[in-house]
Amino acid sequence: MARLNLWRWAALALAALYFLVPMAASVVFTVDVPGQGVTLDAYRRILSADGFVPSLLLSLELAAATIVVVLLLMVPATVALRLGSPRLRPVVEVVCSLPLVVPPIAFVAGIATVLKWGPEHFSRTPLFQTFVAIQDPDFPVVLVLAYVVMALPFVYRALDAGLRAVDVRTLVEAARSCGASLPRALVGAVLPNLRGALLNASFLTLALVLGEFTVASLLGYEPFAVWIYAVGGSQAQMSVAVSVLSLFLTWALLLALAVLGGRSRTASASRG
Amino acid sequence: MTTTFTKAPADVAPAAAPRQRRRRRTGGPLAVLPLLVFVAIAFGLPALAMLDGAFTVKDQATGASSYTTANLTGSFQGAYLTALTGSVKLSAVSAGLATLLGLPLAQAVVTSRSRALREAVLTASGVLANFGGVPLAFAFVATLGNSGVLTRHLSLTEHGWDLYSFWGLVVVYLYFLIPLMVLTITPALDGLRSQWREAARNNGATTVQYWRHVALPVLAPSLLGGFVLLFGSAFAAYATAAAMVGSAVPLVTLQIADAISGNVLVGQENVALALSLDMVLIAGLVMAVYLPLQRRSARWLA
Repeated sequence: MARLNLWRWAALALAALYFLVPMAASVVFTVDVPGQGVTLDAYRRILSADGFVPSLLLSLELAAATIVVVLLLMVPATVALRLGSPRLRPVVEVVCSLPLVVPPIAFVAGIATVLKWGPEHFSRTPLFQTFVAIQDPDFPVVLVLAYVVMALPFVYRALDAGLRAVDVRTLVEAARSCGASLPRALVGAVLPNLRGALLNASFLTLALVLGEFTVASLLGYEPFAVWIYAVGGSQAQMSVAVSVLSLFLTWALLLALAVLGGRSRTASASRG
Repeated sequence: MTTTFTKAPADVAPAAAPRQRRRRRTGGPLAVLPLLVFVAIAFGLPALAMLDGAFTVKDQATGASSYTTANLTGSFQGAYLTALTGSVKLSAVSAGLATLLGLPLAQAVVTSRSRALREAVLTASGVLANFGGVPLAFAFVATLGNSGVLTRHLSLTEHGWDLYSFWGLVVVYLYFLIPLMVLTITPALDGLRSQWREAARNNGATTVQYWRHVALPVLAPSLLGGFVLLFGSAFAAYATAAAMVGSAVPLVTLQIADAISGNVLVGQENVALALSLDMVLIAGLVMAVYLPLQRRSARWLA
């Protein structure tokens, strides 16, 4: 048993070393500037840095819009599957797994092609305005569309896991025999029971949008992750400082999710 | 339909049935419809555009486009082939290493009797497995890059260390692949009954024999499934590689990004789409292998 314990602690210690050293080193890298000694300057400069506030705001707006759209699409669909359309279940499952088969970079290649159709084929039709509108640099709707698609697998899993723990049909029947209408039964009885799953899905989507780089950078927008990358070219210290901060922010979010959700298993559903 | 009737007590079944039937007809498909329409537009259009573009070539002189497989053959030649094999190699090596390293870590967590440790490691894994992209790349640049903290203090450069290389990328990818492996394999390890180990020991088996003849065969589908999942995850990764190595390591994702940004030879504009199609095919293959394996391994976890 002693030998077994030794082996276990060695495995855990090595893992801790590998996973903690880059974090610690990043923090050291930002505060210990060669020739200046220990300074918090890199963190102080973030707030006044060019583009920090707009890019962060853009990312948060995109995240909010994505969460609203993806929940509006997925909650009715998943609840309906439980309530009595089991034959549609495989369809929804496949549809929500499709984005896993198309890597983001391939997806954005397709999106870029579609966006080029606008000027090429539709420049004299009213549809052209739609193409212009969804590419508005102030709020690129096209990114929301892409992020909703990319979030579908995670959100489906989170909601499905949540619904599995709730007997939706009995809840609805009970609410209806108490005289509630169907919408009221759904909003008043089913949704509160899904709070954990909804939070879970929202947090995962938020983390996804805040960290998303591929689609945004290749379509030429500058949300948070793209901004960090752009800053990295000229100001190494500050870009690492922002990375560290965004890291801790994401961690705080996901840890809050783990604590609120109570089950670490839910986090495992996040990637596929 | 049938399940409702068998489950419902006989006396309420007639009353409940008409209401349910009505809801089934109206509510269900209607609630799913927006989702399907949305996916058809936001996902179907780009996917079709990719498929169409991958087989189209535009004649520069006339502007006419024609269907051809030239893009696809082009995507398997020269620099593109190097990038494809580079991606496959990188993903296979890092997924393999992550599988080998994740298994003992998960086993250490599962066999530990400390509940707090288990929760902590699984939560941390859930967080780390989702941590990729630009911040991860910069964290490693600050640690092991040319002027990184460890590189400077341990003078790693003199020992031949270079983060901006194949093995540098492997080290970085392991950072999110190992936690992903721990998450994937933990349920399977939980499914290993202690009775099996005891039975093997009672029959005189050593620990090694137990692992070779009992545990690993049971775990094989989960391990392979995990490996395939990790492979797909590493294969699709773009942001980390782009922020870290630029184009020092040939990867298919970097080539596609290059081509989308217009950095291609005349007449090869659609090679990016052909490369994307290659990626989708490989990712599809990955899923086709993974799903049956997952179903198979689920048998042991019941």
